[in-house]
Amino acid sequence: MTERVKLRDYHAAVWSEPVVMEMGYPGRRGLAIPEAEDGVRQAVGDAEQLVPASMRRKAPPRLPELSQPEVLRHYLHLSQQTLSMMGINLFGTCTMKYNPRVAEQASMVPKMAELHPYQDEETLQGILEVIYRFDEMCRAVSGMDQFVFQPGGGSHAAFTHACVMRGYHGARGELEQRNEVITTLFSHCCNPAVAATAGFKVINLMPEENGYPSVDALKAAVSERTAGLMTVCPNDLGIYNPHIDEWVKIVHDAGGLCFYDHANFNGVMGLTRARDIGFDACMYMLHKTFGASKGGMGPAGGAYGCTEELAEYLPVPIVTYDGSTYHLDYDRPDSIGKIREFWGNAQVVLKAYAWVLAMGADGIHEARELSVLGNNYLEKLLMDIKGVSKSFPNMTKRRLEMTRFGWDQLTQDTGVDTVDIQHRMTDWGLDAYWMAHPPPIVPEPFTPEAGETPPVEDLEYWAAVLEHIASEAYSNPEVVKTSPHRQAVHRVDFAALQDPARRAMTWRAHLKKRNPEG
Amino acid sequence: MANPKKVHPYMPNAVPETKAAMMRAIDVDDIDELFEQIPERFRLKEPLQLPDPIVEESALDRHLKEILSRNRSCDEVLNFLGAGCWQHYVPAVCDEIAQRSEFLTANFGSASSDHGRFQAYFEFCSQMGELVNMDVVGLPTYSWGCALGNGIRMAARMTGRSEVLVPRTISPERLAVLRSFCGPTEVGGHIAVREIGFDEQSGLLDLDDLKRAISNETAAVYFENPSYLGFIESQGEEISRIAHDHGAECVVGVDPISLGVLAAPADYGADIVVGTTQTLGIHMNCGGGSGGFIAARDEERYVGEFPTLLVSIAPTTGGNDDERAFFLTCEHQTSYGLRDEGKDWTGNTVYLWTIVNAVYMSLMGPQGFREIGEVILQRSQYARNRLGGIPGVDVSFAPGGFKEFIVNFDGTGKTVGDINRALRKQGIYGGKDLSADFPELGQAALYCVTEIHTQGDVDRLAGALEEVLAS
Repeated sequence: MTERVKLRDYHAAVWSEPVVMEMGYPGRRGLAIPEAEDGVRQAVGDAEQLVPASMRRKAPPRLPELSQPEVLRHYLHLSQQTLSMMGINLFGTCTMKYNPRVAEQASMVPKMAELHPYQDEETLQGILEVIYRFDEMCRAVSGMDQFVFQPGGGSHAAFTHACVMRGYHGARGELEQRNEVITTLFSHCCNPAVAATAGFKVINLMPEENGYPSVDALKAAVSERTAGLMTVCPNDLGIYNPHIDEWVKIVHDAGGLCFYDHANFNGVMGLTRARDIGFDACMYMLHKTFGASKGGMGPAGGAYGCTEELAEYLPVPIVTYDGSTYHLDYDRPDSIGKIREFWGNAQVVLKAYAWVLAMGADGIHEARELSVLGNNYLEKLLMDIKGVSKSFPNMTKRRLEMTRFGWDQLTQDTGVDTVDIQHRMTDWGLDAYWMAHPPPIVPEPFTPEAGETPPVEDLEYWAAVLEHIASEAYSNPEVVKTSPHRQAVHRVDFAALQDPARRAMTWRAHLKKRNPEG
Repeated sequence: MANPKKVHPYMPNAVPETKAAMMRAIDVDDIDELFEQIPERFRLKEPLQLPDPIVEESALDRHLKEILSRNRSCDEVLNFLGAGCWQHYVPAVCDEIAQRSEFLTANFGSASSDHGRFQAYFEFCSQMGELVNMDVVGLPTYSWGCALGNGIRMAARMTGRSEVLVPRTISPERLAVLRSFCGPTEVGGHIAVREIGFDEQSGLLDLDDLKRAISNETAAVYFENPSYLGFIESQGEEISRIAHDHGAECVVGVDPISLGVLAAPADYGADIVVGTTQTLGIHMNCGGGSGGFIAARDEERYVGEFPTLLVSIAPTTGGNDDERAFFLTCEHQTSYGLRDEGKDWTGNTVYLWTIVNAVYMSLMGPQGFREIGEVILQRSQYARNRLGGIPGVDVSFAPGGFKEFIVNFDGTGKTVGDINRALRKQGIYGGKDLSADFPELGQAALYCVTEIHTQGDVDRLAGALEEVLAS
């Protein structure tokens, strides 16, 4: 199919914008600030007198001085130098999909944006209803009994679970004893990381020949020290652990809790439910599966749900409904307290609620089918490209919504590696693909995920670009190794980024390091 | 209703001919074949129990607006709630940039293809660095409380100690978040959180209590400026000296909108600075506008403990000599690089708002930050004086302050709850009720006055309060 795809010319915007710290002119201003009225000044005097002398700002912050149009234009230029989803974006593990603008716009109206979380409940009935109804939707797709949306993202939802797990074992007097959390190497890095932050030791189970660890490996890992299991399914390779219910039983029999990291929900939504498989808790990412925008890593939304048995440990408040009025329930004595101030990204919950309404049960089924179909369609195109191999080839069943591939053969043949190809693909307006989380298991990896929203032509175009780059690797590897060539800037000097003498996380640090004598 | 099923507007491949052609191309006859990995016993036997869809966008838009109409936002009333989520003016340019599809839909990209976004991050860090007078600012985390949790854990790792001292006047929400980061006593790496008392008149940290509590087990001493209760903690230098004398880190929490008029925390001894990003151009979003930053000195012992992503300026390879790019540094030490061996964890937080924060700081500049600080100081002091003139109302606790202050109603015989209910009827949201969290302050409320409140607004509040209290 790809032979009929004609690659189109592309070039990123090049504005060569200065760093904002270099811009402007003394005396310019971007915003007129209100001044205290005469009556206020007469009553309270100069502002300076209202600050203890020792606490007054000595020297003004060295911020740029810019007019309003300059600021707008500068950041518009920066936005134009951001590819994001303007081209084709098949970034695996992140379920890139269309973010309905009707929901984005609704989140910006004052009735949402200008709410304060400490307003009286009677003035918040609309947003409380949204949260309550979205909780019911999450219960329907998971089988869980209660959701909270306090976590600011997926990793934060995993941390919420680690805290709930502490609450549960603590209430049984077993927290000191149960100090181990089991996860798999192909589970997202947040699972081991949040468990460690919460004070648990982490056991990472290694994948075996089919791409997931064996039941025997799990059996060897569980003990009276097991606090719980935290795992994804399917993993980022698109491989589903068919024994996952047996895993849950083994962990339960050992006295541990089971948490389903549903980062990869798109391929199973509407088909399986975490609770039906036996899990005690699960997490959804509203900025992935549920259509809310990612914003370049947030504001995001972590939906954390659990069984009635764990619900008493949830962070406060919980949104409740008495048949006529919605309430915020803070009176939950066994709650773990809080994992973030207030009650979560309510505006992101609104977007996810809108997405579920726009899709409905049928739409969600269709989206699952199309995302898995899209991935398998893309896989067929990619496997025809010279130098591409599929991870865990022994696992011959159809992958779910994503597949991990490798360029190992191509790298051995040509010296061009997956990072080179990742840069080169942006020369056609394709977002840089996801490779893989460390540690390296699949050599020279890349992990596309089609999702349900790109048209089939986009999948074909994406594969055609990779095919073109692969042929370049064999015929003219330098053009790939020195890429990108049609981007806002060339490839960043990775060595300089990591050199303490040269790296600079602020402009002031950059000036000091560039001119050490001052 | 015999209409054929409509193709969903978000799913182009739902056109039956397209779907069938894609299936044919991969030799699939039945779509279920694609799910062969999933055992039959896991499969849901019935359709999802979800509400009927609202496919038409016009109807969905109407539904969303209708449900939101049951809220009464702070735009429609006179609002004096703050307490960790503050109503400031959000410049129109901030909203314009926040809605740019390029920033809104970005995910990870590369240093070249998302050059603009990484430059904007660097500009956030650079401008925040000027406000706090620190050379390293990381990309943000979920909230001030989460930044505090990370900052305290940094200090604990740096010192090898397991105790933090915090003021009794800390925000209860932030304290609860901090406790989640510090863990219960039974778990590994537990950090004990001890509260230090305050002076009954001034609200300032009780230095004698601090000296009694601090020891060579103390990893960090934390305080806030302005404090949760609004006053300016003027003993910063003494507190940081006491911390340093005991080998502890001094961690300071700030609201950066104050830093045009208040001293930069590094200038009174802060080693690690944390704080909110919400006040810099972000709508409250019912608390969903929260964001938190972490700043420190450019020394390896601090940089090497950062859990959040850091962005550095760097040259490029292949471009001309003055071409610059911006990308991640030290990511190997985060959870992305080291899983459970990494520094805490990081993930999707609030990066879009980092860009909006950068826009806000560039709009403000040094003059804007000074002027907004001045008008907030003056109008909040005016409000304090004005309310203090009402019989039975006492505003004498913790004099001086930035943006927020305590109003005590003990002398009125009414509770804060009663008063706020009556004010609400007049279209006013009174201050945050503190009587449950700080019983020692009596029937007290935390009032917040920002640049959006005019003298007339404050006078209206005072008049309404007089009326409410007289009834």
